[in-house]
Amino acid sequence: MTDTPLLELSGVGKAFGTVRALTGVDLAVRAGEVTCVLGDNGAGKSTLIKVIAGLHPPTTGVYRVDGRPVSLSSPRQARNLGIATVHQDLAMAPLMPVWRNFFLGEERLRRWGPFSMLDAAGMRRTADAELRRMGIDLPDIDAPVGRLSGGQRQVVAIARAVHFGARVLILDEPTAALGVKQSGVVLKYIAAAREAGLGVVFITHNPHHAHLVGDHFVVLKLGEVELDAPRAEVEPEDLVRQMSGGAELEDLRHELERGAGPAAPG
Amino acid sequence: MEGTQALRAPEPAGEGPRGERAAGPRRRPPLRRLATRPELGSVLGAVVVFAVFFAVAEPFRTASALGTVLYAGSTIGIMAVGVALLMIGGEFDLSAGVAVISSALTASMTAWWFGLNVWAGVAIALAVSLGIGFLNGWILVRTRLPSFLVTLAVFLMLQGLNVAVTRLVVDGVSTRNISDMDGFESARAVFASSFAVGGLNLRVTVVWWVLFTALATWVLLRTRVGNWVQAAGGDAEAARAMGVPVAGVKIGLFMTVGFFAWFSGMHLLFAFNTVQSGEGIGNELLYIMAAVVGGCLLTGGYGTVVGAAVGALIYGMTRQGIVYAGWDNYLVMFFVGAMLLAAVVVNGWFRAQADKGVGGP
Repeated sequence: MTDTPLLELSGVGKAFGTVRALTGVDLAVRAGEVTCVLGDNGAGKSTLIKVIAGLHPPTTGVYRVDGRPVSLSSPRQARNLGIATVHQDLAMAPLMPVWRNFFLGEERLRRWGPFSMLDAAGMRRTADAELRRMGIDLPDIDAPVGRLSGGQRQVVAIARAVHFGARVLILDEPTAALGVKQSGVVLKYIAAAREAGLGVVFITHNPHHAHLVGDHFVVLKLGEVELDAPRAEVEPEDLVRQMSGGAELEDLRHELERGAGPAAPG
Repeated sequence: MEGTQALRAPEPAGEGPRGERAAGPRRRPPLRRLATRPELGSVLGAVVVFAVFFAVAEPFRTASALGTVLYAGSTIGIMAVGVALLMIGGEFDLSAGVAVISSALTASMTAWWFGLNVWAGVAIALAVSLGIGFLNGWILVRTRLPSFLVTLAVFLMLQGLNVAVTRLVVDGVSTRNISDMDGFESARAVFASSFAVGGLNLRVTVVWWVLFTALATWVLLRTRVGNWVQAAGGDAEAARAMGVPVAGVKIGLFMTVGFFAWFSGMHLLFAFNTVQSGEGIGNELLYIMAAVVGGCLLTGGYGTVVGAAVGALIYGMTRQGIVYAGWDNYLVMFFVGAMLLAAVVVNGWFRAQADKGVGGP
């Protein structure tokens, strides 16, 4: 693709005091593409999300939105630029009805002079229509979110982000806590969001899930990009190998095959 | 959980027997919705308590008894409005009982000491009550301590201050009678009058109780702030992530409790002319009892103000019913405690049934 990426990081680094969490990360997210960010625990995935979501400004490098450099100081600013982050905990109140969660923080109001009240009927209708558009047919839009399945809750969170004008969706480990069937539900909606023309950043440590929907793959390791390749150049096995330790695992195997004692450092 | 079974391809509108659903969002049938209301348990409890006293106590059947029952309910119920909102917002306030007395003392003593129109004292008391609420909320937000600790500390401090300051100002444990001061009559009309409706002698607090309950219900269910209260109590982190000003909501809720403490304090002052500085202790638990009986969850995020009103009504019926039945007065607390236990169990059972009944996901 030759068009300007919706979101682009070039040479982005983030240090917390002397600890360097990210170093020289390049990442581009284009409309209608799913960019998968893979990495083990501690690889810098969460820091990367926080930088993209506007929670942490990067220490070095440039963050561009629509080709223009930006410096974000709050998640709200990011959201105003159309960058929505769906966190792992989904940011939902489990005992609140689905429609209230859907509009939380973006409540639709009807005004009479200085007074305003919730447009409850309108919000119920819209939430229901948006969810049905994504193929989720709830028996009751007034049911507490906590009663939905994990996959459905993810989809509600995604639908909410899309409805409020997200052009770039950052999904933080959306399938991590889900079973096979539920993961399938979520992956289907990631594909649906891509078809709808959104740019998606799919953060995961599951290479199989990544390869099912990804157009572009970035593997992070110790805060640096270890692999950056389009789908055509990556086989699922590569990702699995990268994720399960890659070269280190090879070394370990050699060590073990030689029957040596504890591996020497280095 | 068979969540994915509820996932279907979108249905074309207006087609097939289910087509009419496309006209509006799906909701359960009204009867089912009624059966899952948080206050259902308390309403059933109120009916049972009413039936019992109606059967065993003849004086309970009169109109004058109804007026007394409603009045007893309103004395707890007005505060329970604020306490229920606060509990839905995820906190509670142990200082609410003595804060009522603090407010009454402030109004009475400032008016008396400075020789002001009592309305000036009433206004100063309002400022002090809102200030106490603000202090509770501000300490909570700043220290991130649980509200149990923060409000316990404020409860103890107010309890001490109430008596100590009263002794200092009027050299006694109760305030001077202010019924001959300017503005007393008009203030009493607002806070502590009564009027007849048919054969029923109704205290004005009953009217305020109903008004406050209706207003708080509307705010909770139909305004943006109400949505924020539910979210802040349900999951404060989630609410913050969605842009809800959680700290402001919590401080506002404590100030709302402060407002109702002020109102209840003004009622006490203008109903009895003097205030006993050592009173109020233990009432905070009755307010919490009313809210919990009415279906509010102690952990926040769930409940209704109407439920708290029904909880307070149950208290009023029990309190007066035992008098009318000629039983030992000390049994009131026994029955209130038993009712609380029963209500919590029944409410939990209804919630479980509601979860089963939702079907699909």
